[in-house]
Amino acid sequence: MRWIQTIPPDVKPSLQKTMVDRLASVVGRDAVISQESELVVYECDAYTMQKNLPTAVVLPATVEEVVQVVRVCNELGLPIIPRGAGTSLSGSVLAVDGGVMIALTRMNRILNIDVRNRRALVEAGCVNAWITREASPHGLFFAPDPSSQPACTIGGNIATNSGGPHTLKNGVTTNHVLGYEIVLPDGSLKWLGVGPDGGEDVEGYDLRGAAIGSEGMFGVVTRALVRLVKTPASFKTFLAVFDSVDQASHTVSDIIAAGIVPAALEMMDQVITRALEEAYKVGFPLDAGAVLIVELDGLPGGVEHQAKQVEAICAKNNAREVRLAKDDAERAALWKCRKRAFGAVGRLSPNYVTQDGVVPRSKVPTIMQFIREVSEKHQLRIPNVFHAGDGNIHPLILFDERDPDQVKRALLAGDEILTKCVELGGSVTGEHGIGAEKIDFMEKQFTKDDLEAMKKLRAVFDPDQRCNPHKMFPGAKRCAEFAQKKQVAV
Amino acid sequence: MTPAFLDESKALACVHCGLCLSSCPTYLETGNENDSPRGRIYLMRAIQAGKLGVDAEPVKHVDLCLGCRACETACPSGVQYGTLLEETRDHIEKHHKRSVFQTVLRRWIIERVFPFPWRTSVALLPVRVLRFLRLDGLLPGFARSMLELVPQRLAKRKLEAKRLAKGEAKGDVGFIEGCVMQVMFGETNESSAELLQRDGWNVVTPREQGCCGALYAHGGQLEKARECARKNIAAFEGTPLEAIIINAAGCGSTLVEYGELLKDDPAWADRAKAFSAKVKDLVSWLDEGGVKPTGDCSRVTYHDACHLCHAQGISTEPRRLVQARAGGEFVELTESDLCCGSAGSYNLTEPEMAERLQTRKVQNIIDSGAEVVVTTNPGCLLQIQSGLKKAGADHVRAVHIADYLKDEKG
Repeated sequence: MRWIQTIPPDVKPSLQKTMVDRLASVVGRDAVISQESELVVYECDAYTMQKNLPTAVVLPATVEEVVQVVRVCNELGLPIIPRGAGTSLSGSVLAVDGGVMIALTRMNRILNIDVRNRRALVEAGCVNAWITREASPHGLFFAPDPSSQPACTIGGNIATNSGGPHTLKNGVTTNHVLGYEIVLPDGSLKWLGVGPDGGEDVEGYDLRGAAIGSEGMFGVVTRALVRLVKTPASFKTFLAVFDSVDQASHTVSDIIAAGIVPAALEMMDQVITRALEEAYKVGFPLDAGAVLIVELDGLPGGVEHQAKQVEAICAKNNAREVRLAKDDAERAALWKCRKRAFGAVGRLSPNYVTQDGVVPRSKVPTIMQFIREVSEKHQLRIPNVFHAGDGNIHPLILFDERDPDQVKRALLAGDEILTKCVELGGSVTGEHGIGAEKIDFMEKQFTKDDLEAMKKLRAVFDPDQRCNPHKMFPGAKRCAEFAQKKQVAV
Repeated sequence: MTPAFLDESKALACVHCGLCLSSCPTYLETGNENDSPRGRIYLMRAIQAGKLGVDAEPVKHVDLCLGCRACETACPSGVQYGTLLEETRDHIEKHHKRSVFQTVLRRWIIERVFPFPWRTSVALLPVRVLRFLRLDGLLPGFARSMLELVPQRLAKRKLEAKRLAKGEAKGDVGFIEGCVMQVMFGETNESSAELLQRDGWNVVTPREQGCCGALYAHGGQLEKARECARKNIAAFEGTPLEAIIINAAGCGSTLVEYGELLKDDPAWADRAKAFSAKVKDLVSWLDEGGVKPTGDCSRVTYHDACHLCHAQGISTEPRRLVQARAGGEFVELTESDLCCGSAGSYNLTEPEMAERLQTRKVQNIIDSGAEVVVTTNPGCLLQIQSGLKKAGADHVRAVHIADYLKDEKG
């Protein structure tokens, strides 16, 4: 039983029956999970290096229920942790010190698709991909497309300001959320940004951006008004095959330097393409050093012109082959592969930790070389699949959690890579968030004043620091076993 | 320490990414991670690790799993969830004490009646009598809803040992009659044989065949499932066959896994592998070239049987066949690959969730505007037919793909 954390006595769930009764009186008995045997599945999200049980999980079905649950928690002084599908890769919804998890998974409806105004009103637990599924018959789609989009929720996208392969051209979540409803930690209900019924102007200050990317520390988002954009008239999606990561990296820089903004510009190295080929058999070359997926979209004439330029740039950088997806089915197959790359790594290794660093685009070859060195030094395989177009790298450090030494080396390797990202003028997270995972890097990346300013903003929304506590900020209270877990993690 | 019942390497293939969550019908209904594939694997591993006992709570969540394997389609890392589930259920049945009602239901009704066609026939006799006397309305609620699943017309039929191809024969194919199929959907077996004959195949239906073992395997009785497998392998070994055809997706998914089921039995492992390699669902075997649209096509949609699309990865072939026959009148069904709640004997063991999913499926069918919904599995047919009836959607017919194609083909 090495894989599951033994819960030390001081953080054992100790919710008394009366508290369970109070929560149950709001949401109903079947919507309160308080037994250890059922809480265990909530002890981590997709980041499995640290685990801890929440005190309880509630599954509200309406905004009113969320408000009441938050009020009960407020009265009882219990921390609250908003949770969507739990696909966070940085432990964003880890119950570091227990607390009541408010899972929005029952609030998953699309309330309205407003085709004429090109926007949709959805509940926070609505799955990202469902919006596009419903909007596509009208020639519209929801642009932010994290790889977890078949499962992740809009609430979680707002919390982490999610991006995705198409971020390069379309922007991230904050560019596509017009407004949202949020239950503040004191139980008050606010709508920030563009209202669901009015025009696109905001009354008073536009505070919309404040909580987007706040990692669930400002309150519980319950509904969101999102922007829908027109499906491009045409696509051209290339798979460019290179002998080396360096050639591919230079191609990326050259494409951007030529003034082309592809819809997406993604890189995968050899280990990843092999794993994907085993899983999906789409015909990736097994001996290629790296492949790029380059997607161009827009009006047919412009796309045609850019396609010629891209092909020329690939050729100049000695691409071995440039394949064009011949129809929608081929294009869909390519994207399916790319978006499932993290999971496909499960075929190579029992565990992995995904890093989410950012470097200036011009430094992509440097960081790739550095990752290779780290990989050799720690004797760990580190395949790479990432958003090359915006310099957002995702090295996947493979390890086996049953071997404590490997775990230790994996954590060290991750630290070294992220530190290098900061040194190169980048950041320790592009889209996955700081969560519980990367707290130690905040002081490397930000000055004391930066951090103070962030804390002051947070205090406006959550003065008691009860909403998703112990995340993001250094010096936040950590459980005694927290550090120990980081070392052992099994 | 609990004895290991899971293949740890298979369980560890789950990297906890969560991409399976929204493909899971029960998770969509309850929103509870315990009712999701990722959650269930976590529970299975917790039981294996000795952290949780084989107690009421985890068992409840494993029981609620439909075994639809939609999570396998969604899973990027190739977790063999179906195998993990069967291994866990086998372990649960050995170590967990169930209520008297559930024991009778599982050990007697499901496992000792349905796999035997004549017993099913006998068991259905009272249904016919009650219906004839119009007394079925007097039964208690749970029995009435079970009864609603039984089709109004029961067409029991057995196929002859060999039927000859129409026109020049391409070769011999074996045919599996199924247990529920031959008792309740005998006409569909007729249609299937007819389609194969028209396609140029002699249809061989060995008498010695029996239940495929799916109901046992899904219910956690792996040893009994293995007995079924051995019997069927032997039954089909006599004649050289090009393929062994099955028209019920649920049975098909077990038949193609005989190799896996008997992999540790040296006397049978190779024979099982050879058998499974020959098993083909009717839709993958039929050549769609012969299907022609007819003038008066109704608007038609297609429901993916879980054990065809998720367990066997077959979803384009049946659509192609239906589309060819339907001309331009084909519409896609929203959530077409989401389980209808039938899931073998699930609607008997977990009636509440089965009904929620039935309602969801029927609403999607009604919203599609189709007048015909085609599918490939008897369980789905029963579930959808009874759901349409409950919803008062008399204008929509649910038909097996063999019957749909047979009517107009050629």
